[in-house]
Amino acid sequence: MTGKVQRVGQAIAIAGVATLLGLLIWKVAFDNEQGAADKLAKGELVHAPAFSLDRLDRNGTLSLAALKGKPLVVNFWASWCGPCKDEAPVLQQTYERYRKQGLVVLGVDVKDFREDARRFMRRYGVTYPVVYDGKGSTIGRWGIQGYPETFFVDRTGKLVGERIAGSVDIERNREAFERGIALALGDQS
Amino acid sequence: MTRALALCALVAALLAGTATAAPSPADLESQLVCPVCGTTLDQSDAPIAQRMKRYIRQRLAAGASEKQIKAELVDQFGPAVLAEPPKSGFDLLAWLVPLGILAAGAVGVGVIAWGWSRRRSGEGETATPPELDAELERRVDAELRRFES
Repeated sequence: MTGKVQRVGQAIAIAGVATLLGLLIWKVAFDNEQGAADKLAKGELVHAPAFSLDRLDRNGTLSLAALKGKPLVVNFWASWCGPCKDEAPVLQQTYERYRKQGLVVLGVDVKDFREDARRFMRRYGVTYPVVYDGKGSTIGRWGIQGYPETFFVDRTGKLVGERIAGSVDIERNREAFERGIALALGDQS
Repeated sequence: MTRALALCALVAALLAGTATAAPSPADLESQLVCPVCGTTLDQSDAPIAQRMKRYIRQRLAAGASEKQIKAELVDQFGPAVLAEPPKSGFDLLAWLVPLGILAAGAVGVGVIAWGWSRRRSGEGETATPPELDAELERRVDAELRRFES
């Protein structure tokens, strides 16, 4: 009887260790999903990860699918982020300048208070569409590492150009910003 | 007797006061997580953590309860803003599974210990000294007689 109990105990212990080992192997081997930003940096063709979020600029929701066919500048920001204040006027000017060509600047307000975000939008005169992602549900799939970050999406829904980490249109990334807009609009030159 | 009654009344009043007292900002800050850095608010100086601390103070000053404030922050930032998972719905598993594993471990240790103790006591009852063969026994007796004489 005691031998049997001992054997059952050993079997349970071995099964427990084997399960933990299996989970570790699975984690290392398969749970290495990369965000879109990482794939883009490697030169892979990657579609903009889909989302559907509540709007801050008006009532209702807005999904990325609803903007299919339009070139996009997708900007992840938050009202508590200092550099986001610096770039807000530039993004607004970009929206106004390229709007007639179909370009949409889309703001994604992340991990923020809704009211703070709305106050920010009023203060900086933001009129382009802004959606609210308080939970940060987009962060992992897009590969966001900090705020602000900006991506360019062409009319087919693919990410183009390079991800801009930090404020846009300052000296160090003006060229990348303008090239991203050109690629999103379909200007290959 | 009167003093004892007064003391009991004082203790009861203190306990009642504790049960209904409004939470302090520090209490809430240790129960809520900064959504950007992942530590509790009292451990974080991130801009959003500072903003959340201000929000908590404002809401407490406005008379909001702990439950209300937590619900409002969950509405803004999602359930991950709570340092402890809720004790309801699917999140209840986060509390029950570790307790279940602990209980199963305790039962397992108990069963193994019981098995070992039974085996040891069984060994004690059935153990018999090995028999000497006749020649060796005769020689031991002879040596003992020689030693005693």
